[in-house]
Amino acid sequence: MSANPQLTEDGRLRHLLTLEGLPARILTQILDTAASFIAVSAQERDVKKVPLLRGKAIFNIFFENSTRTRTTFEIAAKRLSADVVNLNINASSQSKGETLLDTVANLSAMQADMFIVRHAAAGASHLIARHVAPHISVINAGDGRCAHPTQGLLDMYTLRHYKGAFHNLRVAIVGDVLHSRVARSQIHALTTLGCPEVRVVAPRTLLPRDVQNLGVHVFHKMSEGLRDVDAVLMLRLQNERMRGSRLPSAGEYYKHWGLTPDKLKLARPDAIVMHPGPMNRGVEIDSAVADGMQSVILSQVTFGIAVRMAVMSLLAGAGATGAQT
Amino acid sequence: MPANLPSPDSLIDALAEQIAPHITPECALVGIHTGGVWIMEALAERLKLDIPRAVLDIAFYRDDFSRIGLHPQTKPSHIPFEVEDRRILLLDDVLFTGRTTRAALNLLFDYGRPAAIRLAVLVDRGGRELPFCADFVGLRLELPADEHISLQKNDSDGLHFVMKRKA
Amino acid sequence: MKIHIRNGRVIDPASGLDAVRDVFVAAGHIVGVGAAPADFHANQVIDAGGLVICPGLVDLSVRLREPGLEYRATLESEMHAAAVGGVTSLACPPDTDPPLDEPGLVEMLKFRAKHMPGPRVYPIGALTRELKGERLTEMAELNEAGCMAFSQADAPLVDTQVLLRAMEYAKTFELPIWLRPQDPHLGREGVAHDGVVAARHGLPPIPVPAETVAISTILLLVRETGARVHLARLSSRAGIEMVRRAKHDGLPITCDVGVHHVHLSEMDTANFDANCHLIPPLRSQRDRDAIRKGLADGTIDAICSDHAPVDDDAKELPFQEAEPGATGVELLLPLTLKWAREADIPLARALGYLTHQPARILGVDAGHIAAGRPADLCLFDPDAAWIVSPSNLASLGKNSPYLGLEMQGRVQYTLIDGHVDFRRDGHRQPNHG
Repeated sequence: MSANPQLTEDGRLRHLLTLEGLPARILTQILDTAASFIAVSAQERDVKKVPLLRGKAIFNIFFENSTRTRTTFEIAAKRLSADVVNLNINASSQSKGETLLDTVANLSAMQADMFIVRHAAAGASHLIARHVAPHISVINAGDGRCAHPTQGLLDMYTLRHYKGAFHNLRVAIVGDVLHSRVARSQIHALTTLGCPEVRVVAPRTLLPRDVQNLGVHVFHKMSEGLRDVDAVLMLRLQNERMRGSRLPSAGEYYKHWGLTPDKLKLARPDAIVMHPGPMNRGVEIDSAVADGMQSVILSQVTFGIAVRMAVMSLLAGAGATGAQT
Repeated sequence: MPANLPSPDSLIDALAEQIAPHITPECALVGIHTGGVWIMEALAERLKLDIPRAVLDIAFYRDDFSRIGLHPQTKPSHIPFEVEDRRILLLDDVLFTGRTTRAALNLLFDYGRPAAIRLAVLVDRGGRELPFCADFVGLRLELPADEHISLQKNDSDGLHFVMKRKA
Repeated sequence: MKIHIRNGRVIDPASGLDAVRDVFVAAGHIVGVGAAPADFHANQVIDAGGLVICPGLVDLSVRLREPGLEYRATLESEMHAAAVGGVTSLACPPDTDPPLDEPGLVEMLKFRAKHMPGPRVYPIGALTRELKGERLTEMAELNEAGCMAFSQADAPLVDTQVLLRAMEYAKTFELPIWLRPQDPHLGREGVAHDGVVAARHGLPPIPVPAETVAISTILLLVRETGARVHLARLSSRAGIEMVRRAKHDGLPITCDVGVHHVHLSEMDTANFDANCHLIPPLRSQRDRDAIRKGLADGTIDAICSDHAPVDDDAKELPFQEAEPGATGVELLLPLTLKWAREADIPLARALGYLTHQPARILGVDAGHIAAGRPADLCLFDPDAAWIVSPSNLASLGKNSPYLGLEMQGRVQYTLIDGHVDFRRDGHRQPNHG
């Protein structure tokens, strides 16, 4: 098919829609750039922002409500001195007849430079990226169950921060892979960055068919899936999945797939535990693990700001035409 | 390259001589990535200085970002001391338009209000576009606007100048 | 009106005739193939040199969007599009608004269609009222009004008891039932084949058992009732294998596939192209290959366009929110020719899937070239290349997975009931109703 819609003709990042198909060079560049932005949030700075995106207008367009994700993008944009506009577009205003593309055309006319899009349908940000003016970049902040690339990147940043490299890592992703855009972005990033063993651990009802085609090893039991891993990436179990035809109860899930100190002992002693938040304590993770020595969950939040700053900066600079001196 | 261009090392010697009388215990050295950092290291070694040092990457403060985008390799700025009320000696390899100096001053002020900032450069090549002049200068040159001079470092020759004419 | 068609390569798939012959048409019928009947004086001569003359195509599923969905397309636009595609007889599914569940609606549709140029229109009646799957329609009345068969279109039939009784009742009048096999529960809310692309994109899946479980139920009830059932739009290898075995066992069933499923697979949905959002979903490449094999070995009886014009507002949406369906009535012939070239199927055989074979399923006198048969003919240039584009499609539905791609084979003339209904370089003929 056509060239990668996420890259410019000279190979720079044009939009960030999914981590699938992005070369390792780009992923590494984002992680490296993020490292520079960590210091911008540092305590010793009087002014916790840099003037890089001064005058740029960044629109947070959330068709699906998520205060948490929206806030992390907002902080990242403000630390870059951009102007941020938040728009929560609920389904009802959409059903009044204005289509998704009408909304996008309207916002484009308001001199936007970047759209950060959260939508309940897979591929929504791809569709928007196909229709925006050439100077506007699109960041996917989560589309259906498909992708959440900045979350995937911040997870990679966290892994690299604590483990140094990817080429010798054994990583287990645990939980509702089927409904998780986070898991898909993690899997694409890990396989691209050369992680030799990516495992998924879940009951069969929470795994997509043919999931092994994504390059992962499939486990159904924690006792096997967690053995000797360097990192455990927990996924959030949505409330509506806890009882019904996929799982009988939260209690049974916790018993078999909840991460407890005992189960964590199967992993390597220096293994780290990650979670994209918000956590369901006592459902997918025990508080003793969530707050324990091996948990790096709060670091993920901090790194998330820097990673989003890096993505925004690279995107805002990709339209530049001159050569770097 | 002008045949009579002195070696960077001899210019650092000259610079060290100029700044030595001004170094006090409340001073700090700040090198602008990359050339300024090399000079900072060389000066500290020559003058046996035991004062705090910081590294600045001004990529996030450049005024040409919207024209040329983000530098492909940015480095974190690292300022391991309180900037507030500090006397700072800012170091760069080449002073040209003054835009890098402007970016470095803005960056420093985002960390606090220094007592004073002085600027030391290895080469002042003229062509200023902003109202800056250096307090300490290793060498003054008048180069045509399309001529580009930069400090480079490699394992065999150490520090050396590279001249380029812009296409 | 007497028409003399000269120098064309006449292909009659039913008899196997494939030779250059003249064809003579008078009073709506073919009156001679090869030699002119005595005292034949043509009013019109068509030079068909370089063209193939085949029976007009019979398309088992063309949505005309009337009544009720005229903002998508109109009877006039889609009947014209069908003629442009060489189609001279078409069956329209009952999923209109309201559905075709009352004789009055069917009579109105037939009346309107009859007074317009374009192909013969055969409405398929709703099997249950409002397609809700609860109460049977007045099948006998609907049959008298013109319904050749009965179907649920894409609406689910949840209650198996209703399905059994519908078969028994239809069997009473020897009326055929067309069913798209689709379990009402498996794959509910699904939008894509339960394969690698859906796994990658997290699209709600429609597993193969959604089709096979339904086929299994239907086959068991056919054995029980002896009803005449046609299985519409098969999509999976496993489903085709079940039909193959049932036919081998002598069950009186027929089946068709949509022409897009002969070529495309889930891989074509990987870039979220909403024009590839079809129902049933495009499945794996293995399934696609099984469809081709099922055509080649005769398990599958017909290829249809499953024409579904969808307006941009309903298509320019994220993949899973976009309305399924593709415009196809003008691509039916070129896509079938493409398959024949790729699979090395003789032209006469390939055209059988578009002519006498679907005509037999529909139960109409069409799809043959022989003296005494209705003069419904398609004259096409097998080598003409053209690009699929919104302006090149007569249908008001521009939703094609093939936009921007080249087709080989293009209809030059369509004759319906002895009149030239469509001529590519000329203007439409006056109303012949």
